[in-house]
Amino acid sequence: MSYARALRCRKCGQEYPVQPMSVCEFCLSPLEVVYDYKAMAKTVNRDKVAKGPLSMWRYRDFLPTEVKEIDLGTGFTPLVKADNLGREIGLDRLYIKNDCLNPTYSFKDRPVSVAVTKAREFGFDTIACASTGNLAASVAAHAAKANMKACVFVPASVEPGKLIGIAVYNPVLMTVEGSYDDVNRLCALLVQRYHWGFVNINLRPYYAEGSKTLGYEVAEQLGWRAPDCVVAPAASGLMFTRIWKALDELSMLGLIEPANTHMFVAQAAGSSPIVNAFEAGSLHVLPVVPDTIAKSIAIGNPTDGQYALRIARQTGGGAGAVTDEEVLAGMKLLAQTEGIFAEAVGGVVVGVVKKLAASGAIKRNDLTVAYITGAGPRTQDTVADVVRPLVVRPTVESVEEVLGVPA
Amino acid sequence: MAKRQVMFTFPQERVKEPIIYNLGQQFKVVTNIRRADVTEAKGWVVLELEGDEKDIERGLAWVSSKGIRVDPVIGDIVEG
Repeated sequence: MSYARALRCRKCGQEYPVQPMSVCEFCLSPLEVVYDYKAMAKTVNRDKVAKGPLSMWRYRDFLPTEVKEIDLGTGFTPLVKADNLGREIGLDRLYIKNDCLNPTYSFKDRPVSVAVTKAREFGFDTIACASTGNLAASVAAHAAKANMKACVFVPASVEPGKLIGIAVYNPVLMTVEGSYDDVNRLCALLVQRYHWGFVNINLRPYYAEGSKTLGYEVAEQLGWRAPDCVVAPAASGLMFTRIWKALDELSMLGLIEPANTHMFVAQAAGSSPIVNAFEAGSLHVLPVVPDTIAKSIAIGNPTDGQYALRIARQTGGGAGAVTDEEVLAGMKLLAQTEGIFAEAVGGVVVGVVKKLAASGAIKRNDLTVAYITGAGPRTQDTVADVVRPLVVRPTVESVEEVLGVPA
Repeated sequence: MAKRQVMFTFPQERVKEPIIYNLGQQFKVVTNIRRADVTEAKGWVVLELEGDEKDIERGLAWVSSKGIRVDPVIGDIVEG
């Protein structure tokens, strides 16, 4: 059993029974899962977690699912001390949460594992999503494992190469002719018409909770403490809010000392509605039209933007954006200092950490965790310019010639 | 009858126009405002529309043509 008690509106506080639903009927704001923390506190402790499986499901007690999980082996990814990168950018205690190392190569496996488990519980036989890559692959892979049907919608403009990483799991794959906004509108209509579990629409409150494991794991891997600073990317802002929720819950339940973490949002300058609002001192996140190579976080109208914004402010954190040139430089720096080949979003995070360190917003001695949320190979063409091989003839002389070895 | 939950974002030059009133009048769509923040410089309104599917579509196309951004209230659905 789980400790999930209800869904609650983040704006007006209206509560609803646990069901497939994501928006408050009164004020049309997002809903989130609330738990019976009093009961949870009696069961959870560090030892119990430590005895759990080496996956995100070691935190089962903190998640809203009732039935056996649908799991590909997601989570408990490495938290590595990034000494080389830290030296480059002036941070002595920089860590990287390397979530490239999930079964479908991105953090999306965490929320999808919870959403698909919940979909089964609710009696859906089809799970669905709209995505330009990572999410669709994760949904299709989980459907395969769960023997469920998957229906994924992709804008027709997506590069054909990306479709392979989705199609290999054999979902019903639909490329939608039209703009990104057309796909948004289509899916909003389909969810009303079909009895499908759309992971980020009618299953969104549960989907969201999977990302909390990114926060729990880091706290446990640091020896049960919260970091001083967190830098995490934001698209819809959902994952960012759930990392904070996780640290907050662990504090509340007494598994760590009260969290005093400064939370920093990282976005690409071509799609930075949350950073814009932070810098303008606004409470409302105004939509933008995205234009960036960091496609996985190119969301112009972020559902949880204002909540991510609030957390960045309340925790004494901040927000930063970097240009596409800085993104590419960040990707290469991460690969060439720490051996981690991330997608463009990783370049965003590295670029923003660098800026925050340079400005003094993050201090040299702060224990800082940078979240790297997706792997590079799916979109490796982004950095195709790194390929500049030395061309040699098959002779030792030729090799020595290009290496400049004196004859 | 169909229902649609949307957010309108108004640029400054449209703040003074009775767009929502006209949407109701011209397209026979019932407009039901749930949340809003409108200032002299900009505005956003979260509302529920009810009416014939085709009327809602035509009405929203007209609102967009006025330079007002129309988004589903659940935000962008297409994720990376």
